Amino acid sequence: MALSDLHIQHLYWRAGFGITRNDLQSIRKKSVEKHVDLLFEKSNFKPLKYDLSEFDVNIKDLSKEERKSLRKAANQTMIKLNLHWMEHLVATEGVLREKMALFFHDHFAVRLKNPVACLELLNIIRKNALGNFGDMLMEVSQSPAMIIFLNNQQNKKKHPNENFAREVMELFTLGRDNGYTEDDIKEAARAFTGWTIDKKFKFRFNARVHDEGSKSFLGQTDNFEGEDIIRILLEQKQTAKYICEKLLEFLLGVPANSEDIERCADLFYESNYDLETLLRSILTSDSFYDDRYIGAKIKSPTDLLVGLNRQVPIEYKNPKVILQVQRKLNQVLFFPPNVAGWNRGQGWIDSSTLLFRMKLPSLALNFGVIEWQPDETLSEEMLARLNNQQERLQKRTEKKVQAYPDWEKCAKNLNNSIEDLDAFLLQVKPVSVDLQSDDDLKTRIIKIMSTPEYQLC
Amino acid sequence: MKRRDFLKNSVFASGVVLIPSFLKGMQFINPEKLSGYRNVIVIQLSGGNDGLSTIVPYQDDSYLKHRPNIGLNDNLFRLSDELYLNSQCRELKELYDNGEMTVINSVGYPNPNRSHFRSTDIWHTGSASDQFLKNGWLGSYLDANCESSYQGIQFDSELSLILKGKNLNGISVTDPQQLFNTTREPFFKNIAEQLDNKMLTEDNQGYLYKTLVDTYSSAEYIYEHFKTYESSSAFPNNKFGKSLKGISQLISSGLKTRVYYTTLGGFDTHVNQLNSHNTLMKSYSEGIGALVEELKKSDRFKDTLILTFSEFGRRVKENGSKGTDHGAANNLFIIGGGLKKPGLYNGKPDLENLDDNGDIRYEIDFRNIYATVLENWLQADARMVLGKEFEKLSFV
Repeated sequence: MALSDLHIQHLYWRAGFGITRNDLQSIRKKSVEKHVDLLFEKSNFKPLKYDLSEFDVNIKDLSKEERKSLRKAANQTMIKLNLHWMEHLVATEGVLREKMALFFHDHFAVRLKNPVACLELLNIIRKNALGNFGDMLMEVSQSPAMIIFLNNQQNKKKHPNENFAREVMELFTLGRDNGYTEDDIKEAARAFTGWTIDKKFKFRFNARVHDEGSKSFLGQTDNFEGEDIIRILLEQKQTAKYICEKLLEFLLGVPANSEDIERCADLFYESNYDLETLLRSILTSDSFYDDRYIGAKIKSPTDLLVGLNRQVPIEYKNPKVILQVQRKLNQVLFFPPNVAGWNRGQGWIDSSTLLFRMKLPSLALNFGVIEWQPDETLSEEMLARLNNQQERLQKRTEKKVQAYPDWEKCAKNLNNSIEDLDAFLLQVKPVSVDLQSDDDLKTRIIKIMSTPEYQLC
Repeated sequence: MKRRDFLKNSVFASGVVLIPSFLKGMQFINPEKLSGYRNVIVIQLSGGNDGLSTIVPYQDDSYLKHRPNIGLNDNLFRLSDELYLNSQCRELKELYDNGEMTVINSVGYPNPNRSHFRSTDIWHTGSASDQFLKNGWLGSYLDANCESSYQGIQFDSELSLILKGKNLNGISVTDPQQLFNTTREPFFKNIAEQLDNKMLTEDNQGYLYKTLVDTYSSAEYIYEHFKTYESSSAFPNNKFGKSLKGISQLISSGLKTRVYYTTLGGFDTHVNQLNSHNTLMKSYSEGIGALVEELKKSDRFKDTLILTFSEFGRRVKENGSKGTDHGAANNLFIIGGGLKKPGLYNGKPDLENLDDNGDIRYEIDFRNIYATVLENWLQADARMVLGKEFEKLSFV
């Protein structure tokens, strides 16, 4: 079965950040399997690289002043990493890998101001995003970022710290209150004692503070180590179910029905947590293209920003504007609010964020102005005054946002056609876009993107 | 009549957009008729206020022992034999003497978290320290008791977790006129005016439309009230003062809002805190003084309760930089015209029996205070809002 344009757009929004008309025209008439093959083919793994050599120092050798300036540099570098990843999200062909990386960036949420640890964690996630969930879980659990963030350095035989043991069950595998007890948390924490990091920021098992005694965990008893706990958690079918439920909601935009969750959980568990098998099955299934899921998802702030930029290439002369936008929309990459991740779905939307989302396209593409048809009854004097006002507003806004769209490239992306632009840029029918026949490409695009419906995909 | 014609007519007739039925109750009410309409102003001293420099136990030997460099002992206002108020808080002292202020000591929660973000989330959502909730306690209050966003207002450019509900969010405002103007951008106005009840469905699309139309009507409703009243009291000329002035204008103008939230930032005093903390205390006290004065002028103080908290207190022992590090339990203030137990609600914090970090242990769970405000003041079902039963206290 060949997919309709609407369905290809659906696939590319959910497994990526939308598609340009040019790309769409080149892949029409493929079967759904071929579309999904293509997404996987394009998504090879290459680590995201950033020069962090200035942090390759031993903190103990530094003076108080030097430590302070290193901390400052670390804060600045976190922002640069954020923008670096954003650039990659806009430019890459490997959208499926990045989309899944965003899912797990939220699932394994870490909030630290340590660029070395944070970049390493991101690359662990990106590397495994289309691979094996069990491998990812183990590598993430032993990553310095997670060990620091959830205090496992402080988890010692004499003073166990339960932070990681609790979250690995509540947030990373089983889900809250799903088949484990407070005793399981205590016993697991004992098994994770000794998981720490060395001076070079690498995982280290410190046998001296490890509790070697016997532990009872989820009905099994032995002198377990941390690796055993992770293994036993993966043995629980509930882990497959919890991940599938969350991933399906991410891909469908709304909670999935229980049959789909069960079907996926069976497949995921039997494939030994192979994410590629699971994703292929979801993205080629009939139910993924069911009407009720088309246009049903509220874009995350990252979807919105990246999607817009992929449709109309924009040069941000001051890249920190991107960071300000992320802040206003409540999704700063590398800075989830807490270990439970972002408040997704409807949680993205309140009166301030919705107004700002609707204002964003005109800010980024036309210094804050949405062209409109002036009232015919206005006097020429009045019109001149309004025009003047608008120009001053644009000058002020230009200083603040310094965003410069490339309309030629945009026209090329659109194959120089403005036909049915609203049906192409929106996944649902808009209440009103108020397009005028003499609106040019720029005005059309801004109007279509400034709607509530553009928040959906 | 076609729907669009009807819309046009109603717009011409009343000068306002058609208000969907779920926003009913948004009529303009004159302030006299609003007498008895209770509200709550929640203020966060962001960054972790040093409660021991606010309500000072300076007769306590261990206080000056822990605070040899930054302990306060000059010009304090006496509250009791044991506790004294910071020297910058003249207006608070007046409220205290008038029986319009309650100080509750040693407020916190089990297993305190010392991260600003996390502890703020805990206070905002009313969660346990190992629980992650997506809705704020004021947001959940809106969910259960209100119909529209304007009933929960935050003076800020973004909306905090505290006012996020499941179905209804509060609205954030810095400048009511600017908010109004943004929503009246011709393109947005055109969209908002084309929406009708049938489109406000339960799915995500309907949710976006609901938020838009609610913002659109709330912005107008707030601005229409805001411009009818001008506060004349002397508010401090800073962001906090402006927020409190805005709140006083909205309450005094008769806006039917139940909960307000705003913050005073800068309390993360790790270094040389004496001067900076005093400056903050002065801002806080002057702001509250002006707010209360204005609400008394409009006779709305009797219907208002002001709750001030901070995400945590600070370490009892000062650090090596004449500052203090993140701590745990702290004092909290209730200010209002209808207090049942003004003055000191409970005893002074126990500085002899600190926790393993050297922080004050909590004696009163903050959720008992929330439950009291919800049930005894707002007459709401606290259990429904907080998800659990918490014992009520007797300050209101």
